[in-house]
Amino acid sequence: MANIPEDLHYSKDHEWVRVAGNIATIGITDYAQNSLGDVVYVELSKPGDELAANESFGSVESVKAVSELFTPVSGAVTEQNDALQDAPEKVNTDPYGDGWMIRVKMSSAGEVDSLLTAAEYEDFTKEETE
Amino acid sequence: MSAPAPQLKSTPLNAAHRQLGGRMVDFGGWDMPVQYPTGTLEEHMRTRTHSGLFDVSHMGEIEVRGQDAITFVNRITSNDVTKLVDGQAQYSALTTPQGTVVDDLLVYRFAQDHLLLVVNAGTTEKDWDWISSHLTERAVQLRNASSEYCQIAIQGPDAPGILQSLTQLSLDEIKYYHFREGAVDGVPAIVSRTGYTGEDGFEVYAAADKAEQLWNKLLDTGNFGTSAGVLPCGLAARNTLRLEAGMSLYGHEIDETTTLLEANLGWICKLNKGEFEGREALVRQKETGVSRRLVGFEVIARGIARDDQDVLISGERLGKVTSGSPAPFLKKNIGFAYVPVQFANEGQDIQIDVRGRAVAAKVVKTPFYKRER
Repeated sequence: MANIPEDLHYSKDHEWVRVAGNIATIGITDYAQNSLGDVVYVELSKPGDELAANESFGSVESVKAVSELFTPVSGAVTEQNDALQDAPEKVNTDPYGDGWMIRVKMSSAGEVDSLLTAAEYEDFTKEETE
Repeated sequence: MSAPAPQLKSTPLNAAHRQLGGRMVDFGGWDMPVQYPTGTLEEHMRTRTHSGLFDVSHMGEIEVRGQDAITFVNRITSNDVTKLVDGQAQYSALTTPQGTVVDDLLVYRFAQDHLLLVVNAGTTEKDWDWISSHLTERAVQLRNASSEYCQIAIQGPDAPGILQSLTQLSLDEIKYYHFREGAVDGVPAIVSRTGYTGEDGFEVYAAADKAEQLWNKLLDTGNFGTSAGVLPCGLAARNTLRLEAGMSLYGHEIDETTTLLEANLGWICKLNKGEFEGREALVRQKETGVSRRLVGFEVIARGIARDDQDVLISGERLGKVTSGSPAPFLKKNIGFAYVPVQFANEGQDIQIDVRGRAVAAKVVKTPFYKRER
C-alpha cells in the first residue's frame, strides 16, 4: 500500500506539494516512485526558472523509462535538490523527505486548493490500478 | 493480484511470477514480469555477483528431424551447421535473400538427424512460417514444439553450484555452447551452457508442466530470500545484462532491414560453407563494404540515451540508437547505434539527441562488460 501523507497536496500526475508560507516544495509520490522502479537519473529546473502550473520542471528516469515532471503550481524556482544528482535513489527511499525535487515561490497561492487531498489522491491511485 | 489480460499469452510460470510480486507487462504479446519487488538494479547486480533466475519459456522451439535436417537448416541459416557435433549449440541467424535478419537463434544438434531451433518469442510464428515455406528437402520433418517446453535460465557465478546440486550430470563437462540431456530434480531436461547475460550459467529446457517444480526448486536451492541468494529477474534486468555484455536484441540491433555484416555479426556468416539464403548479398556487401555499422557508445556528459534517439555527428543527424540504457554494473550510460562506417571507430566523438538536448558520447569497443574468467 502506497504511503500518502495527510498534510500534502497531490496532482493527477503523481506529484506532491508541501506548502510553507508562499513556498511550495515539490516531489513525486510513493506510488509514483514505486511504479517507476529504481530511479537512476533526475533532471530538474534551475533556481530562477519561471514555471506555469502544469509546465514541465524536468524528468525522472528509471532503468527502463523516462517520466516527465510537471509542477502543480506556478512560480519561480528558488531551489533544486542538488543531492539527487549523486543520489537519485533518494526518490525511491524517501520520496516525501530527502527525495524532494524543487522549491517554488508560488505566484498564485490559490492554485493548491484545486489539487487533490490525500483521500482524493488515494481514490485516484486505486482507480488507476484497477 | 489480477489475472493476465485474455489476449496475452502466458508461460507456465505466470502464477509463480504474480506470487513473487512480479510487475507484469505486455512483452510482444506475452504477459511477462518486467521486474520483481527487489528492483532491476539489484536483479542485475545479483546476477553479476551471485546468480539470477529467468523465465524464458516464451522463447520458441522448432524441432527439425530427418536425414536432411542439417542440409536444410544449413541452407536457411548463416552459420555452419555441419561444424556442430552432437551435444553442441550454435548462435546463428535466419537470413533473407538480402542478408538481413528474419531472426537470430540457437541451433542445437542432438543427432545427425535431429536439431532444435530456439527462436525469439515475438517472432516464433513468423519464423515457423518462414522455415516451413523454405522447406524443399524431402527427408525433413518440422514441428513447432514451443508450447511443450518451459525454459529457465540460471545465470551468474553461483549458477553452476546451484544447478549441480540438483543433477547427476557433471556440469564441469558441459563446455560453453554445449548441452547434455539428463534429470534436474528428477525431471528430464536439456541442460545447456548458454545464456544472455555475459555470465557463466545454464539454460534448462523441460516439459512445460514441470516449470513450477524446477523454478521453485532452483529458488530454494539458491537460497532465495538471503542477501547472497539467487534472485528471480525480470525482462528489464535481462535487457540491461545482455546490453552490457554487448549482445544484440532482435527488433533493436537486428531486424529485416539490417544485414549481419552491418550488425557486426560477420562471425556467424560462414560465406564459404556453400549456398545459403542471403549468401550472395552478403558476399557482395563484404566486397563493396558496408555503408553503416553498429557501434557501442558510452555517454560522457550527464544523460541517458534511449532507444530510437538520433545520433549527431558534427551537428548532423547521421545515425540512430538501437538500444540505450543505464548499465547498472558498469555504472555508466551506454548503448548501441548505427552510424556511417567512416565514423564507426573507437574514440569517435558523437552526440545523442536526448529529447532535444545534444548529449556528448563516444564510440567504445564492445562488449562493454566482460566477466573475469
